[in-house]
Amino acid sequence: MNEAVFAHRIQFAFTVMFHYLFPILTMGLGFFIALFSTLHLLTKDKRYADAARFWAKIFAVNFALGVVTGIPLEFEFGTNWSRFSSFGGGVFGQTLPLEGVYAFFLESGFLGMFLAGEKRVGRTLHWISGLGVAAGSLLSGYFIVATNAWMQHPVGYEMDPSGAIHLKSFWAVLLNPYAIWQYAHTINGALLTAAFVIGGIGAFYLLSDRHREFGMLSVKTAVVAGVILSLTQLFPTGDLNGADVVRYQPVKLAAMEGLFDTVQGAPLAIVGMPDTDTGTLIDPIYIPDFLSFLAYGNFRATVAGLNSYSKDLWPPIELTYYCYHIMVGLGTLFIGQMLIGLFLLWRRKLYSSRWFLWTLMFAIPFPYIANEAGWLVSEVGRQPWLVYGLMRTPAGTSANVAAGETIFTLMGFAGIYAVLSILFLFLVARIINRGPQEDASARA
Amino acid sequence: MNVTWFFMLGAMLTAYTVLDGYDLGVGSLSLWIAKNDDERRLALNSIGPVWNGNEVWLLAAGGMLVVSFPRVYAAGFSGFYLALMLVLWLLILRGVSIEFRNQSRDPLWRALWDAGFWFGSILLAFLLGVALGNVVRGLPIGSDGYFQGTFALLLNPYSLLTGILTVVVLAWHGANYLRVKTEGALFERAVRWSRTLWWITVAMVIVVTVATFVVLSGTPHTFRVYPVAWVIPFFILVGLVWGFLSRGADRSAAAFRSSVLLIVALMLTAALTVFPNLLPSTTNPQYSLNIYNAASSPHALRVSLIANALGMIAVAVYHTYVHRVFHGKVKLEEGHY
Ligand code: HDD
Ligand code: HEM
Ligand code: HEM
Repeated sequence: MNEAVFAHRIQFAFTVMFHYLFPILTMGLGFFIALFSTLHLLTKDKRYADAARFWAKIFAVNFALGVVTGIPLEFEFGTNWSRFSSFGGGVFGQTLPLEGVYAFFLESGFLGMFLAGEKRVGRTLHWISGLGVAAGSLLSGYFIVATNAWMQHPVGYEMDPSGAIHLKSFWAVLLNPYAIWQYAHTINGALLTAAFVIGGIGAFYLLSDRHREFGMLSVKTAVVAGVILSLTQLFPTGDLNGADVVRYQPVKLAAMEGLFDTVQGAPLAIVGMPDTDTGTLIDPIYIPDFLSFLAYGNFRATVAGLNSYSKDLWPPIELTYYCYHIMVGLGTLFIGQMLIGLFLLWRRKLYSSRWFLWTLMFAIPFPYIANEAGWLVSEVGRQPWLVYGLMRTPAGTSANVAAGETIFTLMGFAGIYAVLSILFLFLVARIINRGPQEDASARA
Repeated sequence: MNVTWFFMLGAMLTAYTVLDGYDLGVGSLSLWIAKNDDERRLALNSIGPVWNGNEVWLLAAGGMLVVSFPRVYAAGFSGFYLALMLVLWLLILRGVSIEFRNQSRDPLWRALWDAGFWFGSILLAFLLGVALGNVVRGLPIGSDGYFQGTFALLLNPYSLLTGILTVVVLAWHGANYLRVKTEGALFERAVRWSRTLWWITVAMVIVVTVATFVVLSGTPHTFRVYPVAWVIPFFILVGLVWGFLSRGADRSAAAFRSSVLLIVALMLTAALTVFPNLLPSTTNPQYSLNIYNAASSPHALRVSLIANALGMIAVAVYHTYVHRVFHGKVKLEEGHY
């Protein structure tokens, strides 16, 4: 692969993965803030208002970083992927401006009102603006996932003899079948992450014996929501997202599972290391026939292995395989952890089981890792295609931008994002350290 | 349809310039006009709840460019590669400065973000002006529809002038905005700045107008074919005169409207100057990317026009509403920043 193409890919991968760290929490936390402020409105219980106010502070810092890291992405389709934009803009571009027009305006406008606070805008408007922010961020997630889904499974276009593509159906692009489950799974992942963040910070307060009321509310919310969400992450959303992969991108499936040979009754590899030279899994542990069942609902079904495809259609096997196993492995652990939490809650031991609170606190990074790993599966597993079946990745880059330019800007992004990360952690740590009760006016 | 899209994009960019223009203007002036912490907070609070929404106009315009004229988006963004990356980094710096300043009361912390806000704003205004200047002047687009925009090429005398014009006009606009939104010492300083900047604006408008005729060697196509088009540049004059009449301290609302009018007239004049091109080629006029050869298919244009126009109506209503909620002079206790 030529150096310029590689530089474009690395830069895009780096900037989009960094961006994605923030929307996860924006989308997830937005929902929980709306939930807390609704509960406050209904029950008049002050604890909910405190919770909503506390999470809104973390939300604000997180949101700012989501915005500033998102803007480069919108431009990078043109700066780094100009031939892709030129080729597909009329089709995949349908959903891009809609994100701005329908979702970002909603979000940014309501956020202004929401942050301005109850005193300035009044209680009802404040509550509505909280809902508006949550709705806006969930909506923007949909439009961007639909854009991505078009690259995974292009629909709603027609090709003329010159090879150019034109829009055929707007609704087909917007309601791409691939987008539906991808979106459900992504949002579910974001909500799950927020539940872990809420639980982890609550556990931290309980462990350090500060803000006990708030800590208990947070841990309880996290466990209850976490049980549901970690299960729905697996089924139906993960399962059906996987079904779309089986249907539309069989090579990716084979890479995810490290399946080299086509077999009837394919086993599911729980662990094992793929060796692409010999085409085998090293040290595997299998569940016999189970992959066939997962993919086709039939233990004796035949699953096509990588060897039945020409090698130039293979995605990078190792990365796809490991990321998939990391995601699913973590997902399984989350289910286990949350079930234990639920059991402790039922036995009324949740707040005193320090060992469990420790696991909750240390779990915070893992849903982030699972989310990023999941995106790596779907994006790297899509290779060598930029638009599945239509355009290969090297054909989509900007030919008039040299490798040297992209490497330079990549280093710039790396530096800036390193500083942003430090700032983010510093500010969030300060907010956590100050705790939930502190009066909002003291910040000024 | 293609013409409609051209004006839709023009309208989006104009809306962006008017709205984010005052944010940028307030930022460019912030270090000089707001002398102490309270005043800086007032200045930030005046734009705080709306700046992000204002910036979305740029994003939405970018998104619409992808769907309507993908070849222009592709050529323009990749051609201006390094310059655009600089713009992105400045947008990051400015956004972070606005949002993080209030997170700590430490004076050094605040001084850092004050500097970031000022630097990001003034340089952004300049670079956006430079970009506009280059679009009007034309770019070395080749037969493949792409060009390579080196800094040496982009920073030509003409676009440096348009860059300065943009900084000055937006600073004037920002000063007028602060006149509307603030009271006391800050207000008085805004009035004084607004008067001074008016004179510089007039000077720059004259210089750039002359320079435009020189670099384009003559009157642009549209104005030759449709003389009625001269109405638009005429409003530049109206805006300036109105601005002069509104220099009195009690006429701040009118002053703000006059700078809005001036910006709208300037942007539309620029649009008419390039029309029907989007990116004129200096290599060979035939290589220019225009509203026909760079467009998506008619069906794509029609569908996305409907989808986006519906959204824009909602946004306009709702944007007005947000501005209404934050209507009036800003107070310290009430703000988030
Ligand atoms: C908390 C995060 C998280 C967790 C625990 C899981 N996932 Fe996931 N997964 C994601 C977060 C995620 C994601 C980041 O949201 C992705 C990336 C693209 C997408 O649609 O969702 C994803 C992608 C993704 C894909 C690839 C889709 C594609 O290639 O387009 C499949 C097949 C699954 N997931 C299936 C699962 C299964 C069976 C899980 C079992 C527990 C699971 N995921 C856990
Ligand atoms: C949802 C909207 C998204 C769109 C439209 C999108 C688009 C793209 C494009 C254009 C590329 C470059 C071509 C290529 O190398 O395949 C790419 C690659 C990539 N994207 Fe995405 N992406 C999206 C979401 C994400 C997210 C959220 C992540 C991760 C957090 C991600 C991770 C990556 C990675 C890692 C690559 C590099 C793949 C490789 O080089 O092999 N993408 N994506
Ligand atoms: C290549 C892909 C992507 C692009 C071009 C992109 C673009 C952007 C932009 C421009 C912003 C700033 C909006 C503003 O100014 O308010 C933003 C924020 C946001 N993005 Fe992304 N994004 C991408 C990937 C994703 C993905 C995969 C998701 C979720 C599934 C997502 C969800 C969000 C959300 C919820 C926000 C608003 C909240 C926040 O800023 O944290 N984005 N994005």
